[in-house]
Amino acid sequence: MERLTPQAIIDSFGKKLGNGFVGGSVYEREVAVKKNKFRIIWVEVKKSAFREAVEHICHLQEYPHLAIISSSDLGAEVELIYHFTIYYGYHLEELSLGLRVKLPKSDLKIPTITDLIPGALFTERETQEMMGVEVVGIPDKRRLFLPEDFPEGAYPWRKDEKGPPNDMLRVLPGREQQ
Amino acid sequence: MIEEETKKATYTIPVGPIHPALKEPIRLVLSIDGEEIVDTDIFAGQVHRGIEWLGMNRNNPIQSIYLAERICGICNICHPFSFVMAVEQAAGITPPPRADYIRTIIAEMERLHSHLLWAGVAAHEIGFDTIFYLAWQVREEVMDLIELVTGNRVTKAMFQIGGVRRDITEEQLPRIRQSLDYYKGLYDKLGRVFLEDKTIRMRTVNVGILKKEDALKLLTVGPSGRASGVPKDVRQDQPYAAYPDLDIKAMTPDMLTGTVVGDVYDRIIVRLLEVKQSIEIIEQCLEKMPPGPILAQPKTAVLLKTLTQAEGEGVGRAEAPRGEVIHYVRMEAGQSTLATWKVRAPTYVNLMSVPIILKGMQIADVPITFASLDPCMSCTNRVVVTDRAVGRRFVMDYEELHRLSVEKTKELQQ
Repeated sequence: MERLTPQAIIDSFGKKLGNGFVGGSVYEREVAVKKNKFRIIWVEVKKSAFREAVEHICHLQEYPHLAIISSSDLGAEVELIYHFTIYYGYHLEELSLGLRVKLPKSDLKIPTITDLIPGALFTERETQEMMGVEVVGIPDKRRLFLPEDFPEGAYPWRKDEKGPPNDMLRVLPGREQQ
Repeated sequence: MIEEETKKATYTIPVGPIHPALKEPIRLVLSIDGEEIVDTDIFAGQVHRGIEWLGMNRNNPIQSIYLAERICGICNICHPFSFVMAVEQAAGITPPPRADYIRTIIAEMERLHSHLLWAGVAAHEIGFDTIFYLAWQVREEVMDLIELVTGNRVTKAMFQIGGVRRDITEEQLPRIRQSLDYYKGLYDKLGRVFLEDKTIRMRTVNVGILKKEDALKLLTVGPSGRASGVPKDVRQDQPYAAYPDLDIKAMTPDMLTGTVVGDVYDRIIVRLLEVKQSIEIIEQCLEKMPPGPILAQPKTAVLLKTLTQAEGEGVGRAEAPRGEVIHYVRMEAGQSTLATWKVRAPTYVNLMSVPIILKGMQIADVPITFASLDPCMSCTNRVVVTDRAVGRRFVMDYEELHRLSVEKTKELQQ
C-alpha cells in the first residue's frame, strides 16, 4: 500500500470526513546525533465522524496498532485520544497517530471499535470504568481493573463530583487533605 | 457456543490471582474438557495501585519519574524512559545526545537481564532446574554491570527529565567490555542449551501457537508478537534515544529457522536473538557515544519551575523487554501535577492473546505457555480448582500444578 506523508494523511482525513474533521497537526523533533525525526500526527474529529475516522485508519494500514485510549477530564467535556501507530515494521517509517475526540459530559457515549480492532477491548473496558464513558456495543461490559466492591457511579480519572469520594482517599501522615 | 457443546464435561479452573508462573497477581479462569483447555477468562486488577492517579493528584513530574520506575520491578528502565520522553515532548526540553546514548545502553542492559531471567523461569516451568540455575548464574554478570553503571541493582534511578543522572566514565569502559565479551563467549552455549535440547524441544515446539493474524488483531507486542512473525519493534520503527543512529532490525524466528510457527519455541528463539542484539547495541553505543553534558538543565529547582509553567502534551514510546511501553502526559500551566497521565505496559495487550494460545493445550502446559509471553505480573502459591459438575471446590496449589508440568516432561522423556 502506498505510504502517505504526515501532512497528506491529515489532508486525507479532511477529504474523507468533510465536516466531521476538526483539525490536525504534525509534531516533529530531532533525535540523537543523526537528527532523525520523531513524528506524531494529531487529528481531531467530531464524535459523529469518529467511526468513519477509525475506518479510514484501517484503510491507511491493514491492522493498525492501537496502543491505548487516553482520557482527560477537561471540565465541561471529556477528551479521548486513541493512540494509533501505522506503517510499522519498517526501519524508522512508523508514524504515531493520535485520534482525538471530545465528548460533552451530558452525553458520554462513544461507539465501540472492537469489530474493527478486536484488541481494543481491554482499553475500552478500562475507559468505561475509569472515566465513565459508555462504550456503546462493547462485547464485554465487565470491569477490568476496579474491584467488584468499588462504588457504582464513581470514576477515578474524573476531576468533578464523580471522581472517587473523599472518604475513599487515605491521606498519608504529614500531608493535608486537598 | 463452546460452552453449550461441552457443558456436561467442562470444569472451571481458576489459576491465580497468585501463582508463580504469573509473576504478578492475575486470575485466569480455565474451562477444561478433560485435560484440554477450551476457554480462558482473565481477571486483572489485583495490583492496581492507582499510580496514574498519584501522578495526576499528588506528585510533581520529577517525583513521578521515581513512581514510574516502581510500576514494574523488572522493567524499571522502560517506564521512566517513556515517561521522561513524554514530559520532554510536552515541555519542549531536548536531552543532550550523550544522554540519549546512556539511556540506550542501560535500556539494553535491562533487556539482557530480563531475557536471561525469563530463560531461567521458562526452564523452571518445565522442570528443567539445571538450566534455571545456569541462566540465573549467567544473569549475575549483567546485574553487576548494572550496579557498576547506575549504582543500583534493581531500581536504577538513572532518569531525569532532560537527560540522565549518571555519566558512563572512561574508567568504566574496560569493565563493561569485559562483561560483553563474557556474554559473547557464552552465547553459542546458551543457544545449544535452549534450542537443541531434546526435552526443551518436546515441551515447546508446536505448543501455545499464536498465528500472525491473531497477533495483529489482538495488538500483541514485543517478543511474543515478533515470534508470530510481526516485525514490530519500537527501536526499529520509531526514532527515539540513540536507536535511529544504529541499524536495528526486529528479530523474528525465521532469521534462524527459516519459518515462523509462533509457538513457545519461537519465543525462545526471538529472545535469544535479542540477547545477541542487545550486546551488539551496547558495543556500538560505547563506540559512537558523543562527549558532552548529560543533562539539559542540571538545576532541579529551575527544571521544576519550567515544568510547572509547561503547557502541552506528549507521547513517549519505548521498547521494553516485553514489548512497547507507551506513556501519554498532558500538562497544564500553573499546575504542579500532571493533568493527565496514561501508562500502557506491554502485558496489557499481550494478555488478550492468552485465551488463544491456551486453547487446546493441557493443564500441564499452562505454566510454560503462559510464561512464554513473559507476562509482567506477580504471583502466589495457590490455584483454586472448582469442579462445577459436582459442586466441589478444592485448592490446587502451585506445587501441584508445577508437579503436573514436571511429570509431563518426564513422561515425554521416557
